[in-house]
Amino acid sequence: MLFGIEWDTSSHWAFAVSILPILGKGLLVTLQATVVGFLLAAGLGLVLAGLKGMRSRLIAWPARFISEFLRDTPLLVQLFFLYYVLPDYGLVLPAFMTGALALGLQYSAYTSEVYRAGIQSVPAGQLEAARALDLTPGRTFVAIVLPQAIPRIIPALGNYLVSIMKDVPILSVVAVLELLNVARIIGDRSFNYMIPLSMVGLIYLLMTLVAAWAVRKLDERLPKEGIHLQ
Amino acid sequence: MSESDKIIDFQNVTKSYGDHVVLDGLDFSVRRGEKVTIIGPSGSGKSTVLRILMTLEDIQDGVIYVAGKPLWHEEKNGQLIPAGEAHLRMMRKEMGMVFQQFNLFPHMTVMRNVTEAPRQVLGLSRDKAKKRALKYLDLVGMTEHADKFPSQLSGGQQQRVGIARALAMHPNILLFDEPTSALDPELVGEVLQVIEHLASQHDLTILLVTHEMQFARQISDRVCFFDQGKFVEEGSPEQIFTEPREERTQAFLSSFLSEQ
Amino acid sequence: MDILTYSGHLLSGAWVTVQLTLYSSVLGLFFAFVLGVGRVSDNPFVHGLSAGIIEFFRGTSLLVQLFWLYFALPMIGQTLGYDWRFPPMLVGTLALALNIGAYAAEVVRGAIQAVAPEQYEAAKALDFSPRQTMWRIIVPQAVPEMMPSLGNLAIQNLKDTALVSLISLADLAYKAEQLRNFTQDSTTIYSLLLLMYFGMALVVAGLMKLAERYACRWRAGGNT
Repeated sequence: MLFGIEWDTSSHWAFAVSILPILGKGLLVTLQATVVGFLLAAGLGLVLAGLKGMRSRLIAWPARFISEFLRDTPLLVQLFFLYYVLPDYGLVLPAFMTGALALGLQYSAYTSEVYRAGIQSVPAGQLEAARALDLTPGRTFVAIVLPQAIPRIIPALGNYLVSIMKDVPILSVVAVLELLNVARIIGDRSFNYMIPLSMVGLIYLLMTLVAAWAVRKLDERLPKEGIHLQ
Repeated sequence: MSESDKIIDFQNVTKSYGDHVVLDGLDFSVRRGEKVTIIGPSGSGKSTVLRILMTLEDIQDGVIYVAGKPLWHEEKNGQLIPAGEAHLRMMRKEMGMVFQQFNLFPHMTVMRNVTEAPRQVLGLSRDKAKKRALKYLDLVGMTEHADKFPSQLSGGQQQRVGIARALAMHPNILLFDEPTSALDPELVGEVLQVIEHLASQHDLTILLVTHEMQFARQISDRVCFFDQGKFVEEGSPEQIFTEPREERTQAFLSSFLSEQ
Repeated sequence: MDILTYSGHLLSGAWVTVQLTLYSSVLGLFFAFVLGVGRVSDNPFVHGLSAGIIEFFRGTSLLVQLFWLYFALPMIGQTLGYDWRFPPMLVGTLALALNIGAYAAEVVRGAIQAVAPEQYEAAKALDFSPRQTMWRIIVPQAVPEMMPSLGNLAIQNLKDTALVSLISLADLAYKAEQLRNFTQDSTTIYSLLLLMYFGMALVVAGLMKLAERYACRWRAGGNT
């Protein structure tokens, strides 16, 4: 039993059905970790993109280095680092938050690139026109650049949301009770790994297909030329 | 012309893209060794005739015979059925094509471009293929460039390699689809020179689609004016260019000449 | 204990990581070409099967795949009467290769579809068979297009190898865990670990850049 729920070992089918609610609890944690991790990644990525784009090399270069470093090192190792090193310096976070933070940091490197690419994709001619019309840099960014950059940024962020979801199982190493961890514990206790793991695989496949469909639908609904402003 | 002379014979051929009919019950034949130029307005379907011959496009109705054998059909128990891939591959060997956009293989050197098909398709050994390639590269004047990549060549040079590449397969019929239309004016001459050489020295059957009227007049045995899916008029170069009979032919030629 | 001693201990793990990255990348590349070309095939069966395999391995988490191959597969074997308990190195290499291969297959597919359609016509005019056309004419032209993305995937694969430490394969991450358990010196060990992975990533990036330059040599201008 797990989470106070017993499973039924009378048949394969009964077993599968009886562990469904248990897996459901794990799925909830997975989804929570995905959302929190994504929000952190989106927010931190914005900060990182801003720092990387600064004219002052004193700020931009270290920012670019950090971004590259986060991209090129494994999430697992970053997670261990945060989990074991932070407490030594007085910062003790619950495992879930440590995991979400690790996800946020790793993917902030990717989202910062998405922001940068999205903004760069706005044709230079747009900036020239804005300057010719004497718009301030602030206004140019908010009213001209951003609305045109968003249709490229949103789908890319959507894809990273899906990637984050697929990386959540790594959090199991710090005992976060997400979907894969729950399945593994069921397997440890019931000696049947095949059914829980296969179910997790299918659940993940289903979630990815739904998420990919949702991203595609969102992409279709966003006007290609930019967010329409009245 | 007698039946045995015909190397190409279109019989009541229809070609359409969905509802849009490009060729409507076309009858057309070419004698072995003849040099035929097809002229006409853009979009009239002239290139389609060549592309059908090269099996790049299929036909919806009619039969085409090449060297006495059906092209898009095969004979089975005395009946004609649509051709399978094996039959098409056999028939393709009769024809070679030179494209408007050259279509050289960019990742291969000039030499490799010319030897690849003889080696892989005809099964020639590396040495035999190389000898054959050098012969044709010499003919088009591109021997010193044998180890260069297409990106290092001018348009005229690339097209000449394209001609050598087609010749290396020893086709009986050579199809030129607007070979100089994509070239800068000063490069057109070197390509026309090669085509003229081919036309005069070899008993190759040549089908040329072009806008180069002067050139067509020089090398052709027969000129055909093609418009709206049909051959409006055909005859000797002198006849077509100096005394066109049909009104549409006259209109086309005069609009063309007024632009010169 | 100091950094030098730590490094010595971690080196054997680093070697396992390098081997794992190499084998899984090569195998993954093989899968990528087979699946990528299959994905653009006219044959509905080949097309569907390739698309299905690609979607399956892209859509499921790598760790899930790894655990399934390591824990669940032996159980299926047991019921069928086979001993399917494979060594972690094999399971790890296979899982990594299948995962990265599925992503790379999409890169291969995109690059193939970017090749100009006129090349197919030129090949047909010279009477190449469809197979000859694909492998001698089209795919070689697609390769330079693929290189930047494949470079990123190679680094991704390197990072993914750290997960095999969770099925008890003695790679770099595993050795580091061992060391930490023994010395409790988390900060030094994990910092060192991060630097080692970063260093390896830079080497991989450098090698891929060289490969890219070689692959692009026939292009006008010389690079992508």
